[in-house]
Amino acid sequence: MSNLNESGLNPAAQGKAAVMKQIPDDAAVRAESPLHHIDLPSMAGKQKDGGIYLKELAFVGHLSLRCDQKNAEQLSTVKEILGLELPLQPLTSNTNDQVQIRWMSPDEWLITVPGDRTFEIEGLFREKMTGHYSLVNGSGGQTILEVRGPSVVDLLKKCVPVDLHSSEFPGGKVVSTTFAKAGAVIRRLDEQSFELVIRRSFADYIWLWIQDASQEFGLVIEQ
Amino acid sequence: MLSIYCPHCGEHREEEEFHPKGQAHIVRPLDPESCSDKEWGQYLYFRKNTRGLHHELWVHAAGCRKFFNITRDTVSYEIREVYLIGEQPSVTSDRAQS
Repeated sequence: MSNLNESGLNPAAQGKAAVMKQIPDDAAVRAESPLHHIDLPSMAGKQKDGGIYLKELAFVGHLSLRCDQKNAEQLSTVKEILGLELPLQPLTSNTNDQVQIRWMSPDEWLITVPGDRTFEIEGLFREKMTGHYSLVNGSGGQTILEVRGPSVVDLLKKCVPVDLHSSEFPGGKVVSTTFAKAGAVIRRLDEQSFELVIRRSFADYIWLWIQDASQEFGLVIEQ
Repeated sequence: MLSIYCPHCGEHREEEEFHPKGQAHIVRPLDPESCSDKEWGQYLYFRKNTRGLHHELWVHAAGCRKFFNITRDTVSYEIREVYLIGEQPSVTSDRAQS
C-alpha cells in the first residue's frame, strides 16, 4: 500500500479519471448509431413533401456535467474549455456552431460537441476543472433526432405533456419530459423545429412512434 | 391529473413527470445502533395516513430529477404549497383547521 506513488503512473495522471476515446480514428472500425438498423440514409429523399421532416444527428459527443453553479472558478473553467457559458437559468440553453449546452437541473448540464472533438474536450475537463465535479461521456447511450416542419407542433402534442405554444416554449428552451412515456430532452430550435435527445434503448420505439404519429402529416426523412 | 409546480424548474408540469415519495420530514435517527426496536420500527415502517393536509415528498422524475416537498390536501387533492428540501412548511394542519 505504501508504494502507490511508485506504481509508475504518470504523476499528472494520478487522481484523474481515465478517459477513453470512444470513436476510433481507424475508419475501418464500424460505428453504429442507435438507429443504425433502420438505415435512415436509404430512406432519405424518397419522399419530397410532408408535414414532418426528420433526421438523426448521429455520433455526436454527449457529456453530462455536474458541478456547482455557485462556484465561479468552475464556471469560468467551463467557459474557457467550451468557449460558452453554462446556462444558469432553468430550462435554457447556450449554443454556438459547435457546442450546445442544455440546462438539465440546478447542478447538471448536458453538453453536446462534435463527435470527433469529444475526446479532446473530455481531456480538457480532466486537466483543467477544479473542485467537486463529475463529467460522464454518455455518447454511446444517446442519440439526437431533429424534427421540423409545418406540422411539428401537432406531432409533438401527441407525444409530450408540456405546453408547446411559443409563448410558453420559445426557441432555445430545454425541457426534459416524457415522450410517449419514454424520456426525452426536448429543445426548441425555432418556431417549426425541435431537437430530441433520446436514449439508445428507446430509439427504436421512438422511431416507430414518430412514424405512426406523423402518418397523417407525411414524414420525410432527411440526411 | 395534477398540475405540479417544480421549484427547481420554476414551472408547472403534468403529474406524469413526477413520482410521489411518501411522507416528508422523516428524520433518520442520528445513532441507529442505540435505537430501541420500537423506535427503529417507528422510523422505518410507520407513516401518517392523514385526512386533510399532508406534507409529502415528490421527485421530478422525468424532468430535473430533484426532490422537493408538497403540502397537499388529501381530501380535495389541492396542492396548498410547494417548498424545497430543508425548508419548513408554512401551511400546516393547525392553521388549516382554524
